[in-house]
Amino acid sequence: MAASSERSPPPFPDSEEPELLEDSDEGADAFTGTSISEMDSPSPDSTRPPKDIFNEPPEDIFSDPLSNINSEPQKKVDTKIPSPSSDEAVDLFSEPLDDDSEVMSSPEVQNPMPDLLNEPVEAPKSDVLGEPPVHKNAARQQDFFEDPPKGSNNSSSSVKKAVSAELFGDDEDEEDLFKETPKVVTKKPQPSGPPVDVFTEVKSDVKVKPQVKDDPTDLFTEEALTAPAQKPPASSSSSSRTNGVHSEEQDLFSEATVELSLDSPLNDRKKKDAVKPSLSAPAASVASSSSKAPSKTLEELEEEESEDKFDLNISVTNPEKVGDGMNAYMAYKVSTQTSLTMFRSKTFTVRRRFSDFLGLYEKLSEKHSQNGYIVPPPPEKSILGMTKVKVGKEDPSSAEFVERRRAALERYLQRVVSHPSLLQDPDVREFLEKEELPRAVSTQALSGAGFLKMLNKATDAVSKMTIKMNEQDVWFDEKIQDVENEEQHMRKLHVMVESLVNHRKELSGNTAVFAKSVAMLGSSEDNTALSRALSQLAEVEDRIEQLHQEQASNDFFTFSELLADYIRLLGAVKGCFDQRMKAWQRWQDAENMLQKKREAEAKLLWANKPDKLQQAKDEIAEWEAKVTQYEREFERISATVRKEVIRFDKEKARDFKRQIVKYLESLLNSQQQLIKYWEAFLPEAKAIA
Amino acid sequence: MTSISEDSDKEKMRSVSVDLNNDASLVIDIPDALCERDKVKFTVHTKTTLSSFQKPEFSVPRQHEDFIWLHDTIVETEEYAGFIIPPAPPKPDFEGPREKMHKLGEGESSMTKEEYAKMKQELEAEYLAVFKKTVQVHEVFLQRLSSHPMFRKDRNFQIFLEYDQDLSVRRKNAKEMFGGFFKNMVKSADEVLISGVKEVDEFFEQEKNFLLDYSIKIKDATAKAEKMTRSHKIADDYNHISGALNNTAADNNTAFKKHLEKCAEVFEKLRKVEDRMASDQELKLTELLRYYTRDIQAAKDLLYRRARALADYENSNKALDKARLKGKDVAQAEENQKQCLQKFDKLSESGKKELTSFKARRVVAFRKNLIEMTELEIKHAKNSVSLLQGSIEILKSN
Repeated sequence: MAASSERSPPPFPDSEEPELLEDSDEGADAFTGTSISEMDSPSPDSTRPPKDIFNEPPEDIFSDPLSNINSEPQKKVDTKIPSPSSDEAVDLFSEPLDDDSEVMSSPEVQNPMPDLLNEPVEAPKSDVLGEPPVHKNAARQQDFFEDPPKGSNNSSSSVKKAVSAELFGDDEDEEDLFKETPKVVTKKPQPSGPPVDVFTEVKSDVKVKPQVKDDPTDLFTEEALTAPAQKPPASSSSSSRTNGVHSEEQDLFSEATVELSLDSPLNDRKKKDAVKPSLSAPAASVASSSSKAPSKTLEELEEEESEDKFDLNISVTNPEKVGDGMNAYMAYKVSTQTSLTMFRSKTFTVRRRFSDFLGLYEKLSEKHSQNGYIVPPPPEKSILGMTKVKVGKEDPSSAEFVERRRAALERYLQRVVSHPSLLQDPDVREFLEKEELPRAVSTQALSGAGFLKMLNKATDAVSKMTIKMNEQDVWFDEKIQDVENEEQHMRKLHVMVESLVNHRKELSGNTAVFAKSVAMLGSSEDNTALSRALSQLAEVEDRIEQLHQEQASNDFFTFSELLADYIRLLGAVKGCFDQRMKAWQRWQDAENMLQKKREAEAKLLWANKPDKLQQAKDEIAEWEAKVTQYEREFERISATVRKEVIRFDKEKARDFKRQIVKYLESLLNSQQQLIKYWEAFLPEAKAIA
Repeated sequence: MTSISEDSDKEKMRSVSVDLNNDASLVIDIPDALCERDKVKFTVHTKTTLSSFQKPEFSVPRQHEDFIWLHDTIVETEEYAGFIIPPAPPKPDFEGPREKMHKLGEGESSMTKEEYAKMKQELEAEYLAVFKKTVQVHEVFLQRLSSHPMFRKDRNFQIFLEYDQDLSVRRKNAKEMFGGFFKNMVKSADEVLISGVKEVDEFFEQEKNFLLDYSIKIKDATAKAEKMTRSHKIADDYNHISGALNNTAADNNTAFKKHLEKCAEVFEKLRKVEDRMASDQELKLTELLRYYTRDIQAAKDLLYRRARALADYENSNKALDKARLKGKDVAQAEENQKQCLQKFDKLSESGKKELTSFKARRVVAFRKNLIEMTELEIKHAKNSVSLLQGSIEILKSN
């Protein structure tokens, strides 16, 4: 985002704003599917020019990032940026979006997530770039674009016109371009002076307004902020595959945005004229895309809701000690029950040992965490606890340890399979289905691999400290802070709950001692009825001791472990943020390198050394490609992380609710037992005479 | 400074006093008390129809030391040797809450305002509970005296009740303190010595065995009960958890927040119930056991005095035999022997009565307290149940 904003020239915003508005309107209509009439005025401009440009150049663009492609992307970027610049424009913009979001949500919701994995990441790119231009030609897309305007128009068409006039006025001050094309105003995307400010303003405005609505708005704002450029491609892609997988779309979306933004800098310097006509198209796409973003979020939500119905039940049972001495290990029965067709049968059971679970995590984490996925962490290794088990002491603490671990492993697996992307991972399936797994070796705490891992962690920590990321995305900025705070609160809470567990155990122990003492007192009592009552009291206290003990284990398993899980999970979330930061750093490094190469080229030009010039140009091209790639990666990881975090938050809220209810029910149960015990005792007390 | 006045709560607080005030001719209560630093000033209020008092109703300020003085004078009165002398109230002990208050002050910076306020509130409640309990045991002491046919006529007791100035009893000085300690040592040694004296009365033999055994058991039970009630810190934890949940919720703005807040609310409410549960258990069970530990000690003291008298009597018999053998001082020895026998008989007679009534009193007190405790436990548990049911429903519905 930041990069795009910086690069994009200032003037664009103004010109684009009108377009955006129009586009957004169109997008709204498209969804509502009401009328095509309004489309005409804006559509011709937008649709036509883009067609030409897009159709022809798409291939070129990809192939030659520097030349033609750059120009196009720039346009897109520009369009986005300008729109927000004027407040009024923003308002209009926001309104349409809201409408869109609502409208959009319904159709898209039904699409399933799983497709994401299947389709390769690269595919989206081509689609995005190629499609936008094509789409315009295609009837579908046209509808898409056309429709949206209506919706927006309905809500605020009149306003827009007035606004547009005003906007233009404002724009005029800044740019001449606007004056030239009053009608098409939006279409003129040429970059000029002060884009950065505009951009920022836009961001803020956009955010505020959308926020009125809860979830969708947030997403929307975020997306808008993060990748304005992305929107056009996304919309196009989405439009093309109305039924397609949403997740893919998002990926596509992010990639597309990246490319666009990358292109933008080059574009600025190059052919502005060519860009102009095409601009309208991107703008339109932007609008539609913006509308889509919210819709997607809604979809996600619904998808997640539907995950509950995911017919996949995993249980970890029968912990069993295998072997003797220090080579002993615990094996667990992992049973799966499912009707999902991706599995070979409906129920199957495998035996897995703890290190297999760790190995699964290692594999998943290697593959997915760098892409910004939150890979649920497994329970920690506990050398002490396991050693106790190995030594074979049948004391309650080692039984508790085994049960605690079993429950943690079960929750861990359930979290893994409830993640739509991880469920698709072949390693997960293998873990659940395959009879024999290759032994996971790198999971031993004291092994060389373990040491390497520690080393890596240490270097990661150091590099994390040295990276000073200038966070441009307010959503991330807030979220990172939130997660940090939440983790701290959770830790505190966890300590409190642990002390509750300990105090309850202590109370239980003291109650048992008291019960014995009262029993003795009862035996010494010479009044028969009182003696009887006292021994009854001792029995009641004995039962209460049991109750306390059960409640203490409920405190622990239902409440404390939940918190421990989430402290670990929040760590994983932070890991995602770190991955994103790393991607950003990579991109920035490439950017710096590119800058250096350009300076070198300028020097060569100055020194008039044409022989080396070609090489410098090649290098620049190479680094530009890298910058493009890294930025795209960054955008993609940002989008993924955000999606993941949103999913995580939802999951967390649901998880907590479920567990809290469960915990309160356990409390309820023990109180009910308590009532029973005391009520049984009451007649005994009354019988004392 | 804390001051309490008689309220409905007090009836409940009076855990140990069982039907002590059923005689309307001398009714004593402590409607008010004032706590200044270590000193607690009790207002002792008396209503009476007895002619030995100048006025039918009066109030006097008394301190804990005055109570101790009264107890000591009664113990030292020879003619009361045959009675179970009501145990002196324990010294007011505010160390627990005060220490906590201190800790709270130190930890002020590390917790949030709400948490601090809640903790402070809790401590104040605890302080008040200790305070009330202190007042109660002092009151019970006076009521035991007033309900006793002999003690109520005691001169010192009447002075204690009536004299409207400060009694300003002299604190025991170091020598007396040591003397008291020494006396106790002698008494214990003496107890061992005279335990060899053959009991002549089966009733006393039984009582002695029972009380010895019972006192060990009840001491143990008291200690265990104290430990149990002390470890009832669940309420504190609930408080902390509630606070931590609220903190977590404060930084959140998702659906999560609502759950956390609701949960915090539940814990806060549970805390109150759990608090009451713990303090009621302390009051009804632990306090009962504590009181009877002291009371049984008092009964044992009576047995000791009687055993001492028995030993004296036997010694006087021996002395008389010796005197007769020597033919010297026979009359004096006879007189002495007669006196000892008289004293012993008197002690035995009143002791028997006292011990029998003590047994009845104990059973009634246990019955009353156990019933009350059970009812309170049920009440609190029912509160929790309805609280939890409501919360679960609310959580489930949204």
